[in-house]
Amino acid sequence: MERIPILRMGRQLLVTIQVDMHDQLALTLQDDLTRRIVADKAKGVLIDISSLDVVDSFIGRMISNIAAMSRVLDAKTVVVGMRPAVAITLVELGLNLEGVRTALNVEKGMALLQEADR
Amino acid sequence: MREAALNVAIPAVTEQPIRSSEDMVRLRQMVRDRAISAGLSLVDQTKIVTAASELGRNTLIYGGGGKVIATSLEHGGRRGIRLEFCDEGPGIPDIPKALSDGFTTGSGLGLGLGGAKRLSDEFHIDSAPGKGTRVVIVKWRPR
Repeated sequence: MERIPILRMGRQLLVTIQVDMHDQLALTLQDDLTRRIVADKAKGVLIDISSLDVVDSFIGRMISNIAAMSRVLDAKTVVVGMRPAVAITLVELGLNLEGVRTALNVEKGMALLQEADR
Repeated sequence: MREAALNVAIPAVTEQPIRSSEDMVRLRQMVRDRAISAGLSLVDQTKIVTAASELGRNTLIYGGGGKVIATSLEHGGRRGIRLEFCDEGPGIPDIPKALSDGFTTGSGLGLGLGGAKRLSDEFHIDSAPGKGTRVVIVKWRPR
C-alpha cells in the first residue's frame, strides 16, 4: 500500500509531503503518525508541506486532526513551508488551522520543537 | 513534466469523471494545467484548483459521483476558465443553508460550497431534491 514515509530524528518525527495526496493516503498518514508517536515516544511532529501547491479543506482538516491527536498524546505539531499562494487561499476558504503551530521552514520548525522539548 | 504538458494544445473542452479519490487528483492536475494556459496568476491558479477540489469532493461524497466539464473562455479579450460539476445525487433541499459556513450534512467542515464561491469570480448552483446538483464556477484573468 502507498504510504508517506515518517522519519525519526531524536524525539521528533518528520514528515515531508511531496505528492498530491488522494484522500485515503491522507487518512493513512494520520493513522500512521498517531501510531508512531506512541511507538517512538515522540515529543514532536514536524510536517513539511512546502511541496504542496494546494491545501483544500480535507487536507486542512487532516492537519488539524494530526495536531489535535498529537496534543492528546503529549506531542507538539509544527507545520512548515506553506507556500504564500496556499496561505492566501486557505484563509479565503475560511480555514484558519486554529491550534496548529507553523514555522517558515524545516530549520525553524525543528528549533521550535526542540525548544519545547527541553 | 508540467512544462511538457503545456506544449500540447489543451482542448477547448475537457470532460472527466469524478468517481474515486484518484479522479480528484486528476481533476486538480487538469484544472491546474488549464489555469496556467489561461494565464492565471499563481494565486488565482491556487484558488481555482482549491475551489475545484472542494466541489469535486462534494460531487464524489454527496452526489455519489459525477463529472466535471472544463472549458477555456475568451470573451472580449479576456481569458478565463469555467468548470461545471454535475451529479445525479439526492440534490440540495436548502441551497442558502448549504452555502453557509459550518453547515454540513456529512463529516466535513462545511466550508466547501461557501469556500468555493469565495474563491471564484462567478458561481452558479442548480439543485433540487431528487434532481441532482450542478455547480458552475468561473475564474477570469484580471485585465
